[in-house]
Amino acid sequence: MAHTPLSELEKKDDFISRHVGPGEQQIAEMLETIGMSSVEELVEKTVPETILSHEPLAVPDSISERYTLTVLRRMGERNKVFISMIGMGYYGTVIPNVVLRNVLENPGWYTAYSPYQAEVSQGRLEAVLNYQQMVMDMTGMELANASLLDEGTAAAEAMAMAHRIAKKKDCNRFFVDADCHPQTISVVKTRAALAGFEVVVGDPWSDLNAEDHYGVLIQYPGSTGTVRDPEPVIQAAHDGGAMACVATDLMSLALLKPPGEMGADIVLGSSQRFGVPMGYGGPHAAFFASREAYKRQVPGRIIGVSVDALGKPALRMALQTREQHIRREKATSNICTAQVLLAVLAGFYAVFHGPAGVLRISSKIHRMTRILALGLEKLGIEIVNDSYFDTLKIRVRGQAGKIAARARESRINLRVIDADHLGISVDETTRRRNIAALWKVFDSKAHQKLSVPDLDEQVEGVIPDALARTSGFLQHPVFSLYHAETEMLRYLRRLQAKDVALDRAMIPLGSCTMKLNATTQMIPVTWRNFSALHPFAPLDQTQGYQQLFEELEEHLCEITGFDAISLQPNAGSQGEFTGLAVIRRYHESRGEGGRNICLIPSSSHGTNPASAMMAGMTVVVVASDDNGNVDIDDLKAKAAEHSHSLAALMITYPSTHGVFEEAIVDICETIHNHGAQVYLDGANMNAMVGLAKPGKFGADVMHLNLHKTLAIPHGGGGPGVGPIGVGAHLAPFLPDHPIVEGVNPAEGDNGTVGTIASAPWGSASILPISWAYIAMLGPRGLKLSTTTAILSANYIAKRLDPHYPVLYTGRNGTVAHECIVDLRPIKESCGITNEDLAKRLVDYGFHAPTMSFPVVDTLMIEPTESEAKRELDRFCDAMIQIRKEIRDIEDGKADAENNLLRNAPHTHDLLLQSSWSLPYSKEEAYFPLDYIRNDKFWPPVARVDNVHGDRVLVCSCPPMEAYQEAAE
Amino acid sequence: MSTKYTADHEWVTVEGDVATVGVTNYAQEQMGDVVFVEGPAVGDRLDKGGESGVIESVKAASETYAPLSGEVVEINEDLEGDPTLINSAPETDGWMYKIKLSDAGELEDLMDKTAYDAHVEDLG
Repeated sequence: MAHTPLSELEKKDDFISRHVGPGEQQIAEMLETIGMSSVEELVEKTVPETILSHEPLAVPDSISERYTLTVLRRMGERNKVFISMIGMGYYGTVIPNVVLRNVLENPGWYTAYSPYQAEVSQGRLEAVLNYQQMVMDMTGMELANASLLDEGTAAAEAMAMAHRIAKKKDCNRFFVDADCHPQTISVVKTRAALAGFEVVVGDPWSDLNAEDHYGVLIQYPGSTGTVRDPEPVIQAAHDGGAMACVATDLMSLALLKPPGEMGADIVLGSSQRFGVPMGYGGPHAAFFASREAYKRQVPGRIIGVSVDALGKPALRMALQTREQHIRREKATSNICTAQVLLAVLAGFYAVFHGPAGVLRISSKIHRMTRILALGLEKLGIEIVNDSYFDTLKIRVRGQAGKIAARARESRINLRVIDADHLGISVDETTRRRNIAALWKVFDSKAHQKLSVPDLDEQVEGVIPDALARTSGFLQHPVFSLYHAETEMLRYLRRLQAKDVALDRAMIPLGSCTMKLNATTQMIPVTWRNFSALHPFAPLDQTQGYQQLFEELEEHLCEITGFDAISLQPNAGSQGEFTGLAVIRRYHESRGEGGRNICLIPSSSHGTNPASAMMAGMTVVVVASDDNGNVDIDDLKAKAAEHSHSLAALMITYPSTHGVFEEAIVDICETIHNHGAQVYLDGANMNAMVGLAKPGKFGADVMHLNLHKTLAIPHGGGGPGVGPIGVGAHLAPFLPDHPIVEGVNPAEGDNGTVGTIASAPWGSASILPISWAYIAMLGPRGLKLSTTTAILSANYIAKRLDPHYPVLYTGRNGTVAHECIVDLRPIKESCGITNEDLAKRLVDYGFHAPTMSFPVVDTLMIEPTESEAKRELDRFCDAMIQIRKEIRDIEDGKADAENNLLRNAPHTHDLLLQSSWSLPYSKEEAYFPLDYIRNDKFWPPVARVDNVHGDRVLVCSCPPMEAYQEAAE
Repeated sequence: MSTKYTADHEWVTVEGDVATVGVTNYAQEQMGDVVFVEGPAVGDRLDKGGESGVIESVKAASETYAPLSGEVVEINEDLEGDPTLINSAPETDGWMYKIKLSDAGELEDLMDKTAYDAHVEDLG
């Protein structure tokens, strides 16, 4: 037997073949189908020579999955997990283990996409509806959205929404409580500066002149702990015609009178402490609640209740037409993604604990705080706030730094408010011994003087009677049914079974890059050394994270060709906003602040114009030619016309039409010649990693969607991570942070763009995923992923083209990493729409491709490199079989209305009706192809009625009888 | 007097110095099932060509524009409870608001039925 070298037996790059679905044999077969001799030939014919980079990526060689975890574990060990009593919107919490294992660590939940296809998303829609109900209950508000990116962003959105509603002529002034979290104030100021609002920071109880402001934001309880009655401020605001916004803490509201009962217009905050790890800053779901009257002004997504075609209750995303993909520059916000996975976790925390459990946890936190305070008082320490929930502000006269350092010796982190004041926050995880240890920090003999049980008998209430909560919450049955773990486990399983995520089938969504989220990449996310850190912990305790950021930034620079990266933006949309804001600051620093025109091709994603508006730019649309490419003549004419006021071009590459435009280098040059900057939307970066570097072929800024290209899962609609890369000339303007220093090491004399997100490095705890992705693939695997993604798209295009014409191709008839198939001829011939086809795919067990973007009545298909040829074929077979069903309608063999597509998806309810009266067989309806017999997906609802849901908006949990009636 | 039209698919009928404004049947066909109508409030002053509200359908949210300048004197309160009137009776019961004209001369800029039909025809 021939001797195989040990290195081959070790196969350290094994992960490459785990990640890239098709192996060598399948790749050879696909090449043959598309008529190419090699992958190199495909690349040559697809990617313009002018942008192709021939050097392999300078990132470390692929390492094994096992060794990757070893390296990350070592990195994690460089993080020191102290007891965090810093507060400021981030608290220790206990995630119920049944939720940890079955949701957060479960691909059935974390690999799902945003619930646009309601019929395959009922499980997580119900979970988000639970979350919305929980937020409404705790805040006392009439409706809540499906979450926003973080508390700072939510506050900025409240500022913008208040302005839209207040409609106060010539009034752009927004008052912000000085005792809001400092990072919230910074994020609000950044947004305000670009939107043209003036932010006044002060004490609204004494300084608010509501006549002169269109809105006010207060924090309740205050950032430093004090519980002050918001009602006088809310009243004064309303008397002066201003909107009242309240940032609050859900846990405190189990004990405190909710802002909704005081007339607040908008209530917001973070739901992190409902069972979501601090994760060194994120991701977390920010909640946003408002009044019924303002529902159409609420930013972000709202889950609503409607009915399906058979009249059964069904959930869906409501009011989608307000979203940026339709409203473009007129959208209320550029927000696309929510933080669905995190909202789901917070909702399940409430389901698991129920009203009594949440009240108990809240009461325990408050009692511990009272005991801590009483002990401190007995030690002669001055407590500044006389009313608080979980946070004390203590006066220590010049000793704050010294005492905080002493606390760190006991592995406790405190908040240093200033030289004279410390903040101490208690949370769900605080134990008796932590309280005792804290006392000892102040008095080494404290343990001889104080005991927790003694003080427990002495404490009295500090919440003013007028502010004590009297109303109930979490009264819906869903919050009381699942307290036994068996019940909870099965509830989670039941919901999961209603959804199609990547654990069931490929999700061929164009522009979304639904690739493998490998188990090894996910494992470190819930490790304590990554998940239990407070974002404002001292840097010497977070060296592991600093190493992670440094290495990840270096790799991302190498992949994109840029010089600096900011990891702060929490989503692609936030990256866009940040990038454009950076461009504005850059122009201002050169005395060209008047440059405010942003050119955007008509084919762009709707988020682009919405982001440009938020960054205070004026959008000028550039036409597309017949091939879907940017119309170069129109671009040149408009650039010339606006030459002196041109700020930027925003362009997606490869284009949203799935083609590498040949003219990209010329386009970038044109823009630069007019003194403007090129913003490249990196949504399609999966077609370029290892092949081309935007930073080298003309882009000045781009955002990366780490949740697309770099393997962070979509979480069913968030989290996203949208870092931006920039050229060296823009690096000084990248975001900073008011609490943590050194977030932008390149900051210069002209200042930065400000703070974009609440946490210094955004959603830090999921960055190990992208780090591991790069480490396990190495230069060879990264490039193979890209070329295979392109090959797979071309394979699908080739197979489908005879049945559904492929709309756009490049110079040699190839597509990039996605393809658009045209359904307009079908609509014309027989009236069948892309929605009919999308719903019919559900019967075949598939999530539909992207619908009607960027061209109406088309489908955009992106397979990614992770799908084996077998899965690609299964999808193509389904599409081709559906085409046959359509042909029967076109030929008059099937009825124009009562047919397989119009009635799709077919549910078990339909099957169980007393007689089968449809003009086709049950087999044709339910098992049109053989593979379906192996693993049939039974849609829980028939086609959801969008009209009903938008006309009668219900976004709270329906009464349980509604479910029962429907079942009968 | 006869009905006049704008290129943005709104219709206007004038009695005295008050004009009734709505969207055309072509507009409602394009929008599909209307779910919500946000119009101006009584007392609002509108400028010709300026935004007067939004009509939301399941497919899109479309701005409406004031065909004429003036002050809003009445709104169709039925639309709040039943926005489907825009689909079922766009040019009668689905009217949106009435406006007291500040410049009757602006009527000259609007299209008559023949011109509007030709305009729609051009849109294919």
